[in-house]
Amino acid sequence: MGATDMDVETRVSGTVVDPVHGRLDARIPPGPIDKKWERHRFDMKLVSPANRRNCTILVVGSGLAGSAAAASLGELGYNVKCFSYHDSPRRAHSIAAQGGINAAKNYRNDGDSVFRLFYDTVKGGDFRAREANVYRLAELSVNIIDQCVAQGVPFAREYGGLLDNRSFGGAQVSRTFYARGQTGQQLLLGAYQALERQVGLGTVTMQTRMEMLDLVVVEGRARGIVTRDLVTGAIESHVGDAVVLATGGYVNVFYLSTNAKASNATAIWRAHKRGAFFGNPCFTQIHPTCIPVSGDHQSKLTLMSESLRNDGRVWVPKKAGDTRAPDQIPPNERDYYLERKYPTYGNLAPRDIASRAAKEVCDDNRGVGPGGRGVYLDFTDAIKRFGESAIRERYGNLFDMYERISGENAYRVPMRMYPAAHYVMGGLWVDYNLMSTIPGLFVGGEANFSDHGANRLGASALMQGLADGYFILPYTIADYIGRTRPDKVDEGHPAFRAVEEEVLGRITRLLDVKGKRTVDSFHRELGRIMWDDCGMARDDAGLRRALEKIPELRAEFWKSVRVLEGSEEVNQSLEKAGRVADFLELGELICIDALHRTESCGGHFRKESQTPDGEALRDDEHFAYVAAWEYTGTLARPNLHKELLHFEYVHLTQRSYK
Amino acid sequence: MKLTLRVWRQKNANARGRFVTYEAKNITPDMSFLEMLDVVNEELIGRGEEPIAFEHDCREGICGSCGFMIDGVAHGPKRASTVCQLHMRSFRDGDSLTIEPWRAKAFPVIKDLIVDRSAFDRIIQAGGFISVPTGSAPDANAILVPKENAELAFDAAACIGCGACVAACPNASAMLFTAAKVSHLHLLPQGQPERYDRARNIVATMDKEEFGGCTNIGECEAVCPKEIRLHFIALMNRDLIRASVRDWKVGRRAAGM
Ligand SMILES: Cc1cc2nc3c(=O)[nH]c(=O)nc-3n(C[C@H](O)[C@H](O)[C@H](O)COP(=O)(O)OP(=O)(O)OC[C@H]3O[C@@H](n4cnc5c(N)ncnc54)[C@H](O)[C@@H]3O)c2cc1C
Ligand code: FES
Repeated sequence: MGATDMDVETRVSGTVVDPVHGRLDARIPPGPIDKKWERHRFDMKLVSPANRRNCTILVVGSGLAGSAAAASLGELGYNVKCFSYHDSPRRAHSIAAQGGINAAKNYRNDGDSVFRLFYDTVKGGDFRAREANVYRLAELSVNIIDQCVAQGVPFAREYGGLLDNRSFGGAQVSRTFYARGQTGQQLLLGAYQALERQVGLGTVTMQTRMEMLDLVVVEGRARGIVTRDLVTGAIESHVGDAVVLATGGYVNVFYLSTNAKASNATAIWRAHKRGAFFGNPCFTQIHPTCIPVSGDHQSKLTLMSESLRNDGRVWVPKKAGDTRAPDQIPPNERDYYLERKYPTYGNLAPRDIASRAAKEVCDDNRGVGPGGRGVYLDFTDAIKRFGESAIRERYGNLFDMYERISGENAYRVPMRMYPAAHYVMGGLWVDYNLMSTIPGLFVGGEANFSDHGANRLGASALMQGLADGYFILPYTIADYIGRTRPDKVDEGHPAFRAVEEEVLGRITRLLDVKGKRTVDSFHRELGRIMWDDCGMARDDAGLRRALEKIPELRAEFWKSVRVLEGSEEVNQSLEKAGRVADFLELGELICIDALHRTESCGGHFRKESQTPDGEALRDDEHFAYVAAWEYTGTLARPNLHKELLHFEYVHLTQRSYK
Repeated sequence: MKLTLRVWRQKNANARGRFVTYEAKNITPDMSFLEMLDVVNEELIGRGEEPIAFEHDCREGICGSCGFMIDGVAHGPKRASTVCQLHMRSFRDGDSLTIEPWRAKAFPVIKDLIVDRSAFDRIIQAGGFISVPTGSAPDANAILVPKENAELAFDAAACIGCGACVAACPNASAMLFTAAKVSHLHLLPQGQPERYDRARNIVATMDKEEFGGCTNIGECEAVCPKEIRLHFIALMNRDLIRASVRDWKVGRRAAGM
């Protein structure tokens, strides 16, 4: 169906570079999948301990991926500089993860294995991830748990003192390790403490309240960054032999999301504009269980851990427009639609499927709560069966959080839930070594396009961030430095001067607009476009509409945004303005990618591509590839490079959770 | 709802601050406190006035970024809550509120309601960790931890490092923060080898950072959004005494006594 490519070429994009002659080389090591990483580790170059101190590595971001990488590289003896816009590494968005982290420990003797975790992840990602990477992730999952326990992460335990596990996010084995509802917090504190230990020992310099605003490329290699000090406004250059971006995800492009308010795309977007290809930007994940929007003032959405679906039953009234209170609706007039449509998985159907199903029933005018955008998550049966105290023990903190936000007691009335933008599978394209298309620029954690294909399974982002940070980047960066021995450059190099000028120029431009509208008003409007036309269900017409509106909104932004003076002090509207300006560009690329991928896969649902019963229909013949976009200087015409995906170990099948 | 806010405005660390009064209009009870401030700020920007700077990120009560005094109470009137999780339904139409930053010598004001809490990071650098380089860990289940110890360790580890305990303490002491970290690690077998050095170093750093001494007043526990208990301070003090006895014995031995 060359027509798709034609569409892309002629209507929305620059050139399609065919995979054979393209510039993408994933550098997947040869050999059987279970030996690749081991062999590769042997083949990679090492840097002698005496030389490490002379190598400077810049790590941008100190969430799970960044803290883990910076701490591990510091332990090895490199000279590490780590940057974060937060006031402390402990505030990174990773702190908010609730549910848990997967590992193929098979402590439960229930049939789990490295291969099964690998298999589930490839299938869960709807066959749009690279097999070799996913296998390595599953292998390393085991080491992560060991490392974190040794650091003192207080995971849940059984009475015998062994680690407890639960089943999570549609897995049929219990492989999820958790620390109450605060797994991300405890894992991040473990990594943060390891990082601070290195800071104390002098191997890592931690620069907090410091935002990277651009990447510096010298002779084709990433050699540094330009930052703005968020307290003094000073613009500074930092030189390194390699740069790591571990700057998190960009789902705040939807404005309302479950992410922390400051999470943004600037670091990776700037790197993209300097030559790093962007992988699968349209693969975004909408999480099915979030507290519904309550009004226009809403600033963010709160996720309720997916673990609630282990005991809660999802339903809506059978009749459209039924406004009776939930306890007035008799059981035979309720539609437990997940149990009905997916008898095997029921309420535990994967995220993309559960989200879409919620949207469909609400589109049918059967949604509940104010505005009709909500479905019930009902614990009545579980409370009857196990008693209120058992439910309180399992989910007490989540029920408290729900009550704090909604003012309702979920032990008495069912929770109301609606899907919300949550996570991005897309990100900067990286090879097996986690290196982007700019040599010397490595990307870890949610910022890379990574291992989750078109849909991430629950409890696997924490795993991926920590695998990247603790166990992959320290090896692959050494290999790069060992092979390339980068020349010396310093901050005085003209490339650094030039980028500093550009950064300053952009700040001045933002301050000089002096328009009437606040930054937030633009962000909200962009979010609405993205949610309506590039959200849970996408189609050709909607995406084209978005592709018209976004450039208009961007132009309007540069004409009438209002950023108050003061570039030499804390200026939170200036910080936001820069981030929103980048979202206004990235949003367009997301829609271009979504438009070109005329198949449905995972979280990317194209209305044109569905099975007769409304499930996502993949088109493996034309789309079994990673779309890696190259910035060409014109936002509307990026070049498309394809990395073809080969499935040797997990057979391509249509996912079925019936 | 309509409220009157008296807000501390201070341009930067060196400038003199003062209270400025604002009206918060069109507020609804289901807004969070920070969303109420968002509304005020949007209006200020519209009028060309500088918005009120305050720190926040997750807005879910977990990152520890947010925090200021509302009518003299750290994180405001709701128990076990951060300001981001405080909703306007906790207030009444027409209320007047005074909002000011944490006040403590160790937490200098950076701007308006934002303070510098990096002293907390330096306390962690002094010993708030277990020395276990990447790759050197034994199998996770080789370390058995009795469930109740794991639970208690978690209660201490739940600290979000917001600084409310320091702000509430008349002595601006960081004892609750420090004790929570020390107790978290001391309650686990992994934390034993460095136990006494950790207690000693971390407390010495706390003093160096100019936090005040603890006189067991308990204001810290009352405002802690994560309900960290005063008992952990007792636990840490016990370790400190043991550490000093041990130091004394080691010193005597070294002196050949
Ligand atoms: C509510 C919620 C619950 C979740 N629950 C789970 C779960 O149960 N299990 C699971 O596996 N995953 C979960 N996830 C996903 C997971 O938490 C994230 O994907 C993961 O933590 C991302 O980690 P990271 O290290 O890549 O980035 P982050 O933690 O987002 O860190 C980004 C870092 O980069 C810094 N930074 C960014 N840009 C710049 C810049 N320009 N200059 C300087 N510094 C910069 C920030 O300061 C920060 O330190 C959840 C996510 C959310 C939102
Ligand atoms: S904003 Fe994170 S705790 Fe309040």
